[in-house]
Amino acid sequence: MATAREPEEDEEEEVKLIKTWSSPYALRAVWALKLKGIPYESIDEDLTHKSDILLHHNPVHKKVPVLLHHGRSICESLVIIEYIEETWSQNPPRLLPQDPLQRAETRFWAKFVDDKALPAIWQAFSKEGKEQEQGLSETAEHLRLLEAELKKKKKRLFFGGEEIGIVDIALGWMVNLVPLFERILGVKILDEEHHPALLKWRQRMSDVDVVKENWPPRDKLVAKWTAIRERCVGKAAANE
Amino acid sequence: MAANNDDVKLIGAWPSPYVMRPRIALNLKSVEYEFLQEQFGSKSELLLKSNPVHKKIPVLLHNGKPICESSIIVEYIDEVWSSGPSILPADAHDRALARFWAAYLDEKWFPNVRAAPRAATEEAKSAAVSQLKEGLALLEGAYGEISRGKDFFGGERIGFLDIAFGSMLGWLRAVQVMLGGVKLLDEEKTPGLVKWADKFSADPAVKDVLPETEKLLEFAKILMAKAKPAAS
Repeated sequence: MATAREPEEDEEEEVKLIKTWSSPYALRAVWALKLKGIPYESIDEDLTHKSDILLHHNPVHKKVPVLLHHGRSICESLVIIEYIEETWSQNPPRLLPQDPLQRAETRFWAKFVDDKALPAIWQAFSKEGKEQEQGLSETAEHLRLLEAELKKKKKRLFFGGEEIGIVDIALGWMVNLVPLFERILGVKILDEEHHPALLKWRQRMSDVDVVKENWPPRDKLVAKWTAIRERCVGKAAANE
Repeated sequence: MAANNDDVKLIGAWPSPYVMRPRIALNLKSVEYEFLQEQFGSKSELLLKSNPVHKKIPVLLHNGKPICESSIIVEYIDEVWSSGPSILPADAHDRALARFWAAYLDEKWFPNVRAAPRAATEEAKSAAVSQLKEGLALLEGAYGEISRGKDFFGGERIGFLDIAFGSMLGWLRAVQVMLGGVKLLDEEKTPGLVKWADKFSADPAVKDVLPETEKLLEFAKILMAKAKPAAS
């Protein structure tokens, strides 16, 4: 991450978010900012032509989201959420618990989503044959663990408790992208028999105002992911 | 938050850089703990019970409660033993930088340290070495920016990012040998990191925990022998 030039006085409080219209990672940052009521300016990227701003502020990964605050950049969606939580700690809701043990468990599950659940579902989506089967079976295993974890919560409302927290935000892609993937792949990923708690959670997440109001346009999303799937399958066919 | 009669155990193994992280953190906080070493090649009942999701070390057991994932454990230690020296920086943006680089090290850089000596072809080996050097160039830049002229990423004392990166020094040095003496940390290209590495290794919280290169090289031989498929 680069430290930008010294900010102008009136820019100091400004919060900007470099994002794309469809990135589920950027959406996490959008939700965190909106949940906390933090005004920000969106800088929308076209990743096929990365802007100088993006390259300057995230030279290591050149990816979205990037949060700019006081002219300084913060990269990586979960790092951004922790930064938002710490910087605007007076703004509810609490995105992480205060108790250190609960915080550690919360961070564990957020990391699990990115280290395990997402790569598995990406494998299921982007591959065919045996590799896809492996992706689907690993996804099933991870969902089983998440279902069990959700069932442990006393009120079973959200992973964060009575209000959404960092794990719910991290899992947000399960709400809109899983049904989309199921449709494109013709495969069931979440079902009543195995994931009753996750399905209820998904419904509750959909009803949260900030979530409901900020989905990327559905038709565009369907088109985008359908095209991605076709490219992945096409690549495989071309390599045979 | 933490009391003197707290029960603290760490499940781990001496060669693991990830295990080293909480050990350094506990040392910084002067917390006594029982180090439960796993036998190489098998996983104890306690480990499987304490980390059923990943079945991996390190696991911190604090009054019987397990905490998993090395960086998460270090943050936990910092929060619980809050009267000791701080491990995470005070400023939120500095914390974000430290977490960012720790994630980079784990996800992008360290996998190449492990891959380089095992690379099947010279080409693959070369590619891994290039990636390592590129990464170190980035980290040299980060060190310059973050240390602000002090000895460590954490400033005057070692902190979260020093621990995250420094825990990998043992293997970095071993791999340099395994690659026939390739200089990854280089006085010319990464002078800041060379000085930092020496200071880090000599820190009282670190020096008994960072394994000697010789021991790691011996261990690597055992690892590589086990990895080879049985000959016919």
